[in-house]
Amino acid sequence: MIRLKNLVMNVLGPDAREDDNIAPSTVMSLVVPRKRFAEATRALKKEYALLAAEWAADETPFGRGYAVFACFRREQEYLVIKTEVPATDPTFPSLTKKFAAAFRFERQIESLMGLTPVGNPDPRPWIKHEDWPADAWPLRKSFDARKRLPRVAGEYAWIRAEGDGIYEIPVGPVHAGIIEPGHFRFQAMGEAVVNLEERLGYVHKGIEKRFESLAWEEGARLAARVSGDTTVAHSLAYARAVEAMTGTIIPDRAHWLRALFLERERIANHLGDLGAICNDVAFAILLYHFHRLKESFVRTNMKLFGHRFLMDRVVPGGVTVDIDAAGIQTILEELDPLTREFERLVKIYDDNSSLEDRVRETGILRPETARDLGMVGIVARASGLNLDCRIHHPFPPYDRIAVNVPVLISGDAHARAWIRVEEVRESIRIIRELLKDMPGGRISAPLAPVLPDRSGFAAVEGWRGEIITWVQSGPKGEINRCMVRDPSSLNWLGLEQCIHGNIVPDFPLCNKSFNQSYSGNDL
Amino acid sequence: MIRILKQIFRTGIVSEPVPPVADPEIERIGVQLEAAIRQRFRRSMTIRQVDAGSCNACELEIHAMNNAFYNCERYGIQFTASPRFADMLLVTGPVSHNMEIALRRTYAATPPPKIVVAVGDCGCMGGVFGESYASHGAIHNVIPVNVTIPGCPPTPTALLQGILRAIGQ
Repeated sequence: MIRLKNLVMNVLGPDAREDDNIAPSTVMSLVVPRKRFAEATRALKKEYALLAAEWAADETPFGRGYAVFACFRREQEYLVIKTEVPATDPTFPSLTKKFAAAFRFERQIESLMGLTPVGNPDPRPWIKHEDWPADAWPLRKSFDARKRLPRVAGEYAWIRAEGDGIYEIPVGPVHAGIIEPGHFRFQAMGEAVVNLEERLGYVHKGIEKRFESLAWEEGARLAARVSGDTTVAHSLAYARAVEAMTGTIIPDRAHWLRALFLERERIANHLGDLGAICNDVAFAILLYHFHRLKESFVRTNMKLFGHRFLMDRVVPGGVTVDIDAAGIQTILEELDPLTREFERLVKIYDDNSSLEDRVRETGILRPETARDLGMVGIVARASGLNLDCRIHHPFPPYDRIAVNVPVLISGDAHARAWIRVEEVRESIRIIRELLKDMPGGRISAPLAPVLPDRSGFAAVEGWRGEIITWVQSGPKGEINRCMVRDPSSLNWLGLEQCIHGNIVPDFPLCNKSFNQSYSGNDL
Repeated sequence: MIRILKQIFRTGIVSEPVPPVADPEIERIGVQLEAAIRQRFRRSMTIRQVDAGSCNACELEIHAMNNAFYNCERYGIQFTASPRFADMLLVTGPVSHNMEIALRRTYAATPPPKIVVAVGDCGCMGGVFGESYASHGAIHNVIPVNVTIPGCPPTPTALLQGILRAIGQ
């Protein structure tokens, strides 16, 4: 099969130039002229590549203008296409017509970096709320992040459905339960949802800008708090991007421990989600039992590694905590009763027709829609897309151990729950395999020096799905830019599309079956 | 059905007592907890949780307070969907610029006694996010706070102890 890089080079000829600034070498990068940016990506669309992320960087510290990056994925390949945007004309061609997922990335680029995507049909700001001054572009170097934003008058232009019998339900940002804030607006006719529009950005804490004022080591603490439930995977993505950029080689034992933490995070979150999905169909007994298993599980984390969610345990260069023979024994002894209890609960889930009646054929995200929107992770795998970077872009130790990934095609709430069931089983198996022959030696290595104007890329499969982190060093080797793409940035689009025609009371169930991060999306 | 009943009987009761803490002040209040809720809140104190910009780790631990091990409902603590019914606001932070107005409105909608508990290092002092264009830092920068529960995130036990402290005030 022809490689993505060559596809673009065949179309653009000498206009496409290879960019060797990016590491690791398994990720390809091309620089293309701005006027041929959209054309370059058209060739990729024809060959079934998916858009994984689109972002911008302010390169004025290097004496250049701005740069827009689009990252594409197909099977084991990642290709980053970069185009330079002069500061005098801050516009770039939109990719939205070919890649639907681009539309929010581009709104975000315009809102936070002030570069206008020409051809994007939706000019409304994203993350940036209507009461921000129009010229506040926090990701620009000229923006003073310490100053408080003044509030201005403004109104958000909601999408409206109108007609006889159509009414509107606004929800949020403060929700009924203990969850993160966001605003959902439903147009409904009787019980059926006609349209759902999400408006997020409420938990925008300026994370990407904050990175730029931190040292590389301090950045790890911030990365661990991008999304508190995915702390291991976000730390790992940041660490791997920094290690790639600096060429730091870390000991094998650190790789194994990282995978152990990552799989433990996956199990803990899936147990929690399965309980919460059952609770949203009023089947509370499974909520209490799944959460009981989760609580025991995170207590083991506390006992062995000193933190219930393993925060700050993965850092650039390795990990901060080791495991001894007694610790390995503790984990192995925990896995048997966990498996036994888990299978009993799954049997109850599977046997219960009232539960099945609610979760099956609810919130269907069709495989073709999932592909068009570029879904990732559990949502993608419940809708027939075989995507998992532990297999397709394996990072150690997944390049040396077997990983089985479940894929279902029904795309309903049940499929998203069942993917989690299968993944808990698989993660338990992976943990056993990891512990069987864990390499000895050190658990961290010193970080190699950071050279100026280099970039590092990492893709890590967190429990929600693929996380991409891209870091760029500045002229003095400092953090010039750190881009974080949480799986939710893509998967929020799927929630809007799966809800049409469902009844309003099923929305909490659909939402829970996705369980997206607000914090990871809003940054 | 028989499977569900078997599961219930096999598991039994797993709720644990709140472990005694080193601080005698908290211990004293801990003993008085149920009595305080009985007296001040007629056996039922309701909490409205507000995420004003947290990373979601604090929310996971607040959820855990409801699991069978901590079982906070046995003390008469309930979480409510509306600030109109709330005796206490349990607020996680830092307060993001985009949540500031919603937090102020939630506070305004809460009837007295309006006990506000700031949860987590970010809620107490801004944490790793600090103060910036997008983050107003600690909760007390935006609304008055009665009690703080530091930790990143605070454990469910620390949360329960902090809530007891707030009621005891």
